[in-house]
Amino acid sequence: MLDIANLHATVADKPILNGVSLHVPAGEIHAIMGPNGSGKSTLAYVLAGRPGYEVTEGSASFEGQDLLAMEPHERAAAGLFLGFQYPVEIPGISYLQFLRESLNAQRRSRGDAQLSGGEFIKLAREQAGLLGMDAEMLKRPVNVGFSGGEKKRAEMVQMGIMQPKFAVLDETDSGLDIDALKAVGAGINRIMRASGKGALLITHYQRLLDYVEPDRVHVLSRGEIVRSGGPELARELESEGYAEAAA
Amino acid sequence: MTAPFPSHKQEEWRYADLDALKPVWEQFAEPLTVTVGAGEELEEIWLPVAGEVQLRRVQLALGSGAKARIFALNNAPVYGRIELEVSLGEGAEFELFGANIGAGLSTNEIVATVKHLGAGGRSRQVIRSVLGGKGVGSYLGRIEVAHGAQKTDAEQSVKAMLLDRGATANCKPELEIFADDVKCAHGATVGELDPMQLFYAESRGMDPATARAVLLEGFVMGLWDSASHPDAICDAAREALRRLV
Repeated sequence: MLDIANLHATVADKPILNGVSLHVPAGEIHAIMGPNGSGKSTLAYVLAGRPGYEVTEGSASFEGQDLLAMEPHERAAAGLFLGFQYPVEIPGISYLQFLRESLNAQRRSRGDAQLSGGEFIKLAREQAGLLGMDAEMLKRPVNVGFSGGEKKRAEMVQMGIMQPKFAVLDETDSGLDIDALKAVGAGINRIMRASGKGALLITHYQRLLDYVEPDRVHVLSRGEIVRSGGPELARELESEGYAEAAA
Repeated sequence: MTAPFPSHKQEEWRYADLDALKPVWEQFAEPLTVTVGAGEELEEIWLPVAGEVQLRRVQLALGSGAKARIFALNNAPVYGRIELEVSLGEGAEFELFGANIGAGLSTNEIVATVKHLGAGGRSRQVIRSVLGGKGVGSYLGRIEVAHGAQKTDAEQSVKAMLLDRGATANCKPELEIFADDVKCAHGATVGELDPMQLFYAESRGMDPATARAVLLEGFVMGLWDSASHPDAICDAAREALRRLV
């Protein structure tokens, strides 16, 4: 479903990714772990198409389409979702309006009918409820005044509303207390565990993986994948640290 | 008798498009006078009207304890000018929420003189400009606090967003204070859209034009939050912004 081959990328002319190769088949959830500065977030941003993240070599395709040739909004319409490590605040725009515009833009480009205001509010309430988030919060400006945990929960509500085919979740577990972690884990399983879907969880810690069992775990170090294994690899990393495992 | 035609040497006409103004000057030469009596309230919404040149000149007198709230959208295709001269009696309150939205070669300006004549008056002016192409958007705001107008509380908040390199924002707050116990705050910023907000919106599926329009809406729409019937001005502002991106 997601195929990355020998991907090199620079940020401000500094090489960050140095030949990442990764294959995530449909129906699987993979985890990428690694120390700070190993290139995890850069990989997420490159996949989503953030300006300033230059691919200098290699390829990335999504369901056979050249991901790197697509604009960020085209990637979203194709079914790719990025859960941000630091969700962005947008004063003056309510979450409801922001998400309705987003979803309808995706639907337009796929040739699907637009959702009316009423239909959208029903969908948003339902998804907020499933994530244990007060739907009233969606009337507030995007992420403004939200705590770290609320922002991450809101990212999952967005994912539930968008129903992407593939999610790249960049440290969605950071800043969460135990209850929020459980809710987010359950949300990932509910929304992304399906035969035609896939996900890449980027995380520092084992703890999210206690709730979302990955099919494969990869270790990223200095911009390359240095080890891959089953779920037991995450537990090994947790007990031994990255220095050992990546050696 | 027609008032003399203004010149750029007059501070309050410094950024005006006088060539555009000349042919229509006679119909606008005299400002409209509006009086709000003691303890009375006025709320007005000023929408753009038809025509390439749109001029609104108003003298507004607020009696003791009177309140006036103006919501204004300035969006003329060639030259738009909203000119207000407000006098506040004791304890009067005046609020102006105004937007300049302009593109092409247009000039849109809000020129306000607020005179605090009595004690305990409050004035608040919030101006947002969104300018594209070679559009010019200006705010000239003069606050005069008369001798004896103690406890005056005056605020000016002016922010402009420039979408293209050729666009210009002018902002000139001016204070003339003859009382010693007053509060006069003003702030002004000129900026561009935040690249991270744009990427966030695009990553959720908005094409770049929609993302820009939505972010600009957020920048402007907060102005109309306290209007009793904001629908018409919201719709007009939204339409003006969509034309711009």
